[in-house]
This record gives sequence, C-alpha cells and structure tokens, in this order.
Amino acid sequence: MEYLNIIFQETYKILFLLVPVLVSVAMIVWLDRRVWAFVQKRQGPNVVGPFGLLQSLADALKYIFKEIIIPASSNKVIFILAPIITMTLALTAWAVIPFSENNVLANINVGILYIFAVSSLGVYGIIMGGWASNSKYPFLGAIRSAAQMVSYEVSIGIIIINVLLCVGSLNLSDIVIAQENMWFVIPLFPMFVIFFISALAETNRPPFDLPEAEAELVAGYQTEYSGMMYAMFWLGEYANILLMCALGSILFLGGWLSPIDLFPFNLIPGAIWLIFKILFLFILFALVKAIVPRYRYDQLMRLGWKIFLPLSLTYVVLTASYLFYFNLLPTI
Amino acid sequence: MIAHAIFFYIFSIIAVISAIMVTVSKNTVHSVFFLILDFISISCLFIMIGAEFLGMIMLIVYVGAVAVLFLFVVMMLNVAQQKNQWFISKESSGHIPVGLIISVIIFFELIIVIGGWKYKPELFNPSNLLITNDVSNTHSLGQILYTDYIHVFQISGMVLLVAMIGAIVLTFRQREGVKKQSYLKQISRERTEGVEVLEVASNKGVKIDD
Repeated sequence: MEYLNIIFQETYKILFLLVPVLVSVAMIVWLDRRVWAFVQKRQGPNVVGPFGLLQSLADALKYIFKEIIIPASSNKVIFILAPIITMTLALTAWAVIPFSENNVLANINVGILYIFAVSSLGVYGIIMGGWASNSKYPFLGAIRSAAQMVSYEVSIGIIIINVLLCVGSLNLSDIVIAQENMWFVIPLFPMFVIFFISALAETNRPPFDLPEAEAELVAGYQTEYSGMMYAMFWLGEYANILLMCALGSILFLGGWLSPIDLFPFNLIPGAIWLIFKILFLFILFALVKAIVPRYRYDQLMRLGWKIFLPLSLTYVVLTASYLFYFNLLPTI
Repeated sequence: MIAHAIFFYIFSIIAVISAIMVTVSKNTVHSVFFLILDFISISCLFIMIGAEFLGMIMLIVYVGAVAVLFLFVVMMLNVAQQKNQWFISKESSGHIPVGLIISVIIFFELIIVIGGWKYKPELFNPSNLLITNDVSNTHSLGQILYTDYIHVFQISGMVLLVAMIGAIVLTFRQREGVKKQSYLKQISRERTEGVEVLEVASNKGVKIDD
C-alpha cells in the first residue's frame, strides 16, 4: 500500500513535468520556424490558430495518420527501437532540472553527470537508426553524427569542469545557488560562448547539421523513417535542444535566480525566470540557424579538436590557478 | 528492502543475460548492442550500492564513448555474420584453445581473489579510511584520489597519455600530394596581392605563372 502511494505520487509528479515539456517542445518548433522566417523576411507558419500557434499540433496530427513504412531489408527491431530511444533519453534528462529551490523531480548528488551521461547516450538513437535502415545515406549520416557528438562532448565535459571548480558540487541546485552573487557567465564568458557552440554541434543544429545535410545525404539517418517514427526523432531532437538551453541557463545564467534581487523582480517565481532564460538561449539557437551557413565536415572536426579542446583546457588551468591563488576554492 | 531486492535482481538478471547474449548472438552489431545494455545495467547496480559517481562515469566513458567506437569499428569492418558456429562446424577455429586458456586463467584468478576475501580477510588490507555517510561518494573519492594516491593517479594518467600518443604515431601517415587548406594563408590574404593589373601588349600576351 505504501509503495503504491509512492508510485502514484511520483507518476503524478512525472506527468506534471513531462506534459509541459512536450507541449513546450511543440511550441518551440513553431517559434523556431517563426524566427527563421522573420530573419529571411518571410511570414512563417501563421495560418493554423492565432499567429499559427497550433501549427505543430496540426503537423503532429498529420504524422499520426501517416503510414509507418518499415523497409524490407532493415533490421526491424533496432529500426523501431531507434526513435523510441532518442525520445525517451531526451525526456529522462529533464528529471534533474531544478525549476526553483524546492521544485525538482529528483535532486540527486550527481545531477550534472546524469545529464551529461544521458546526453552522451543520445548518440545511440541516431547510430541505431542509421545502421538499421540498411541504406547508404542513413548510414553515412549516422557515422557522421556519432563522430561529431563524441568529439563535442569532450569540450562540453571540460567546460562543465570549469563550472564545477567554482561550485564544488555536482548537484544542479548547488550550482545555481553558487551563482547568487554573480552569474558564471561573467567570469567564464569565453566558456559560455564555447558551450553555446558545442551545444549547437551536440544537438546537430545548423551550422553543424551535417548528419542530416539535405544537399548531400537526403535527410541523413532519418531518410527511411516515416509517419510517427519520424516525428519521434524530431520531437526528441527538439527536446534535446531545450535541454541544452536549460543546461546552459543553469550552468551560466543562474538558473531560477532573478537577474536583480530587487522588489519587482524577486516577486516573479523562479520557474518563470528559468523559462525566460531557456527561451532567450533558444532564440539565439534559432537565429544562428537562420544566419550561418553549414560547416564542412573537416572544418567541424578541426573546430572541435584543435580549437575548443585546447581553449577549454587552458581555461580550466586558468580558473583553477585563479581560485587557488586568491583562496576562493569552494569548501565542501 | 523488498523494492531494493527487486531492483537488484532485475538489473543483475539483465546484466547476466546480456553478457551471455554478447557471446552468443550471431550478428556482431547485435553483440555490441548487448554489450551496451550490459554496461548500462552494471552502472545501475553501481548506483544501487551508493557509488553514484562510478555509475555515472561508467555510463559516460564506456557507454558514451568506448562503445560508440566499438560500434563504429564493427559497422565499418562489415564483419560477416558468423555462418558456422564452432560447436556445429567440422573444422574447429584456431581461436578456441586460446580463448579457453584465457577464460580458465580469469576464472581461477577470480576464485583466488573471492575465496581469499571470504575466508582470509586479513590478507586484504583495506585502507584505513573511514567511510562516513555524510560525505557523498564523489567527495570521498576525490579526497582519496588527490591526497593518498595522487602519484598513482598521475602515473595512470601519464600511461593513458602515452598510449594515446602511441596510437596516433602508429596510425599517422604523411600522405603525399594531398591538397590542404591553410586557414592562415586564406585569412591573411589581402586585396592588394589578390588582384594584379597588367598592361597587356597586343599579340604578345602575359606570362602569369612563374
């Protein structure tokens, strides 16, 4: 009986987190297309609902009614498993995101490592989809994305080490609380820029969308997918983008903290601040998509290994020596 | 405790079955996927005994990086499906004796270690560190690694670095006749040297490349 109670409570909490995340994923797709359109002086989706807000719902309905085609020569189990894995992993990572001081589903000790681990598992959805399709373009796309995600994870990991040096804890709530006096974006600004660019590469967003470069690879690993399975890849991708925005705002922009601790601002609940920050980062993501041309593959690898890795490693040494010299190291 | 036991058995059964499937499954890519499942369930077991740092690092390093490279190699090599299993086919593979010897050695090593640990506890000298519950797993690991065992830790890092450099040196080949982009050259190009205006005499032409 006691266990049942706990299970019901947790399910309720999980639904309360997941449903808003899924709805905001749908909205964010609309926002992405609108921002993209405005940069190019177009209107974007503006027909369905007010300002076209319901466009994503209409698209989802269309995907649900489309037939799912499974290629005859594909590896069927893995083919079906791939989009499910992408989507599930993108949603599980949200469990540890703190929306305010007490409002977090799982306040675990190693929250940041958990997010890092789950986002590094995300590559499997893509590589499984690409391999199981048993077709050339998806396979090439999967290979590309695997190499890309593994190499940019390295620099993201080292950037996280920079932040952790200033915090002294792997807990996400502790990371936010450590920024009460100054957001980490000020002392660690170069790391914030590198984190932003690495997040673009990690989520396969333009200008690093080589896994699905339509000019060379049709649609990369998604080529053979149709209907709801394609939509799940797509939802997982956007959920991952939102997650990366949330991670960026927690690591560098002070999470749920208000920018100024003064009267009108500190009345607004923390969750709203976090959402504002996520939206700010997401609009940056959308703008980058609209204005930057796609990288070539060797340029992408060069940027990751030869520029970001040494830069972030140097910054680790700098941060550590600064903290050590001025005796600012966090105490446990 | 019942819930704890249920979770433990779920994860350990998945771990054992997927470990068996790694060796049994005919398709090599499938065995890599089972290996990944094995890693994941083992890291779940790590988290269950309170070693959350180890579990997460296991996920990040083994599943997030090493297994991806495994998968890469297996997919790229296009290893053909094992048509004849060794216990059915007439001609036996040469790998079986070697594999058997290695597995027997590993088995006896495990028996020695576990037996000694169980029946002669004084053989094993656990460090005199006190494990307290108010310090998290990550903090206590850091306090051990960077104080008592700092030299061992640094040396193992150096060994890994040497291995990495060795791998790069072994596979690095200077290829001739490959056109490469020089970013420095491209960026430092100026307008004055990009275009040259020449007076062309009639019926003579200009010699461009020199």
